[in-house]
Amino acid sequence: MIKWLETNTPKLVLAPSFVAVLIFVYGFIAWTAWVSLTRSRLLPKYEIDGLIQYDRLFASPRWDTAFNNLFLFGFLFITIAMILGLSLAILLDQNIRTEGAIRTIYLYPMALSMIVTGTAWKWILNPGLGLEATVRGWGFEDFTFDWLINPDMAIYTVVIAAIWQSSGFVMALFLAGLRSVDQEIIKAAQVDGIPTWRVYTAIIIPSMAPIFLSAFIVLSHIAIKSFDLVIALTGGGPGYATDLPATYMYTMAFSRGDIGQAASSAMIMMMVVFAIIVPYLYSELRSKDD
Amino acid sequence: MTNVSYTSSGSGKNTTKIALRWGLYIMLGLFALFYLLPLFVMVTTSFKSLDEIRTGDLISLPREVTFDAWRTAWSEACTGIQCQGVRPYFWNSVMIAIPAVLISTLIGAMNGYVVAQWRFKGANLFFALMLFGCFIPFQVVLLPMARMLGLMGLAGTIPGLIFVHVIYGLGFTTLFFRNYYVSIPDELTKAAKVDGAGFFRIFWSIFLPLSLPIIVVTIIWQFTQIWNDFLFGVSFSQAGTQPVTVALNNIVNSTTGVKAYNVDMAAAIIAALPTLFVYVIAGNYFVRGLTAGSVKG
Amino acid sequence: MKHYLTGAVSGFAILASTAAFAEPQAEVLHYWTSGGEAKSVAVLQKEFADKGGVWTDMPVAGGGGDAAGTALRARVLSGNAPTAAQIKGPAIQEWYEEGVLADISAVAEANHWADVLPASIAAHMQCDGTWCAAPVNVHRVDWIWANAKVLTANNIDMPTTWDEFNAAAEQLQSAGIIPLAHGGQAWQDATIFEAVALGILGPDGYRKAFTELDTETLTSDKMKAVFDQMRIMRGFVDSNFSGRDWNLSTAMVMNGEAAFQIMGDWAKGEFIAAGQVPGQDFLCASTPGDGFLYNVDSFAMFEVAGDEKQQGQSLLAELVVGEEFQEVFNLNKGSIPARIDVSLDAFDSCAVLSSQEMNTSSENGSLLPSYAHGMALRGAQAGAITDVVTAHFNSDMSSDDAVQMLANAIANSL
Repeated sequence: MIKWLETNTPKLVLAPSFVAVLIFVYGFIAWTAWVSLTRSRLLPKYEIDGLIQYDRLFASPRWDTAFNNLFLFGFLFITIAMILGLSLAILLDQNIRTEGAIRTIYLYPMALSMIVTGTAWKWILNPGLGLEATVRGWGFEDFTFDWLINPDMAIYTVVIAAIWQSSGFVMALFLAGLRSVDQEIIKAAQVDGIPTWRVYTAIIIPSMAPIFLSAFIVLSHIAIKSFDLVIALTGGGPGYATDLPATYMYTMAFSRGDIGQAASSAMIMMMVVFAIIVPYLYSELRSKDD
Repeated sequence: MTNVSYTSSGSGKNTTKIALRWGLYIMLGLFALFYLLPLFVMVTTSFKSLDEIRTGDLISLPREVTFDAWRTAWSEACTGIQCQGVRPYFWNSVMIAIPAVLISTLIGAMNGYVVAQWRFKGANLFFALMLFGCFIPFQVVLLPMARMLGLMGLAGTIPGLIFVHVIYGLGFTTLFFRNYYVSIPDELTKAAKVDGAGFFRIFWSIFLPLSLPIIVVTIIWQFTQIWNDFLFGVSFSQAGTQPVTVALNNIVNSTTGVKAYNVDMAAAIIAALPTLFVYVIAGNYFVRGLTAGSVKG
Repeated sequence: MKHYLTGAVSGFAILASTAAFAEPQAEVLHYWTSGGEAKSVAVLQKEFADKGGVWTDMPVAGGGGDAAGTALRARVLSGNAPTAAQIKGPAIQEWYEEGVLADISAVAEANHWADVLPASIAAHMQCDGTWCAAPVNVHRVDWIWANAKVLTANNIDMPTTWDEFNAAAEQLQSAGIIPLAHGGQAWQDATIFEAVALGILGPDGYRKAFTELDTETLTSDKMKAVFDQMRIMRGFVDSNFSGRDWNLSTAMVMNGEAAFQIMGDWAKGEFIAAGQVPGQDFLCASTPGDGFLYNVDSFAMFEVAGDEKQQGQSLLAELVVGEEFQEVFNLNKGSIPARIDVSLDAFDSCAVLSSQEMNTSSENGSLLPSYAHGMALRGAQAGAITDVVTAHFNSDMSSDDAVQMLANAIANSL
């Protein structure tokens, strides 16, 4: 008995988490899948009624917008936040005297929820109140920055606010990466007279590949879950130009009493997540087993 | 420091070097302005009177500094028929956040330790399942979770909210610790086993003492997530257990009432103070913790 | 104790006789959190306490009740429903169909609600012939507010047709004044849309389109004319309107930057809070055309266990529809009492006008539910219409396309 306990302790330690995840993540996904096949309205119902909710979803122009926005927003947000984060990390890694303070300034937006900063951003981006009005006040009469009110451009303001919130975190990740690169290799390269920029592009950045992956996972997690951001900044508008799948799902489930429809949109979102995360897991876990 | 720059010698390059240095600081300063702008707007607005906000420029310093909005937000603003500001809700948030952060961090540490150091068949599958769980959109789980909490008798209670935060925090805490412990050589565990140390003994006396940096990272992450949570807070609370984000929302987002933006902003800053405090105080450890291996994958 | 006894005696002898000494309890989920609103609810809480009840407040603001709706669903599913919740319009019947609402017919009949409420409003409060909700107030939605000085200075009268409105707006625009203060949020777009639709389609057309979802009306030439007018209105709005909160638009009318605003009568609260006087500083009138669009706030009671809570529900229902509360609450809120027998002496001229027009429109059958504020249709259908309205208003979509999209969206929402 004691012997058995000893050999199985690791499994027993994992067991509660395993059960919890099985129920509260995968059980709930199965529940959502089931409800997406029903005609649930205000509260969930369980009589299966075929794929009607998916037909409705794909016939909805609003879902089209939301789904396309996810890719547009996700691509721009992840790419720019990575580039900006890496650049800031490299700049900050040059023996800056006030590094601690600057780093905190770059990092603090991550600490605030968008319920808190949404109003401020809304003002700043509003052409009549914020940046445009201020710059015009300085005498630059032709300065225009009205993306917030332009249905074709509004999604980019969401990108800006999202980058503002998360790029500092990415910077911290990369800064940590830069600090853990083997100093000997760098010194050797410098002795050989290789220029600084080459040291970065040829040696340091390639050695940080795992950090790019970590950053990618954290950022795509944020992109897919982006909800507060849109609600606080644009409310999905103008029209529904800045709707994302998460806000679409929430609107359907909770303000329109259309839970079946919400469940079908949730399932499509899960499939997108699956497509992103599985290749990552595959490469990550394979390499560790070798 | 990586120290890759400024190894060039020779006096002729000195002026270029100084110019570069200046350029560098100016760049960093401009970015700092970008990051500070929303906070600046919030802070200045909170010190203005409503009249000044109605008439003035938003991005400007207050003409007359007044602390009224802060007092109102803390102890007088109405969040319903009670006009006690955000103060009573603040305590609820503390009662939810602290246990939830500690429990999820501890369980995450144990999970990470097992997955990284006591590999058995299926451990990787377990880890994959946990990680995928990080990505589940919270809007999806609201309704089934409500039902489960009802069945467990935890509906509307603070333990119920703690439970929910622990469950959905586990994915990330396990990820952090696993990635940290995976970089610690197997030999350490093997040697300890040869010396007769058991599973828990090795964890307590070898791994935990090594873990300060990653514990700091995990706590910062979890505290931020839980303190700022609105969706769970609004769905799984009842009168008397609502967290501060719900109170803030009640002040900021009323639809058909008169809006006091200075109070909104002051309330928002008050609600954000604990997380800001954690970032400023622990920010140093944060980068150090990440450096110490959590991100190496 | 004395208060409690008088309350019990005057109120509902049936319940008092069964459990005379239990304290009535109520946990009330609502979304009235801003200053004026909260004051109004506090009145109710005080009356409730005076009658010996214990009130637990559960406020959740945001999105015109969306966040409260989220909390309500979670609470009902967890088997921990609040005693009473602020629900309105067809959502009351939807919740009833889920089998979770309590029957408050005993209170309603003892207090003769059927005699004191306008018929169409009473209908909202009934489910399968029983009473299942208590009305608090009547907001009128189809109001047009104006800055009196700006109109006088430009020699403009309050418009009574949409053509007059367009002419006045063009004149104001050339005088450098923003004709229409508007905030580009979906529900605000929908508020203007339904006022325009009521004016152009007429009360019968409005009823066919937005309560019966009659396809012929929805795709008619008149509906195209509604979208045409919306396109014209878009031209009267300043360029910074996107995402603007409604009260900022009201402020623009107040300080003369803009001339008109189309908004429900909660806007009056903003004018009055700024010390302005109706008829003198600002003007109120119904939007051009016949009819009256109402938005009625109400409380529904949930099935709960326990004598105290059930007593609390009866007491709450009785107080909510009581004359005293209806007067005090609506004075604070800017709306008018749902009861037709409350004296309007203390109310301002806009409220008196609203009440008169409610009575006349109730008689001639043009007292109609507001679709934009969730009174006419269930959430999915109302939302589908709003999607089209806001997409049209914020793009250069043609009226033909909009009408076609409207028909498709409604078909897809059923």
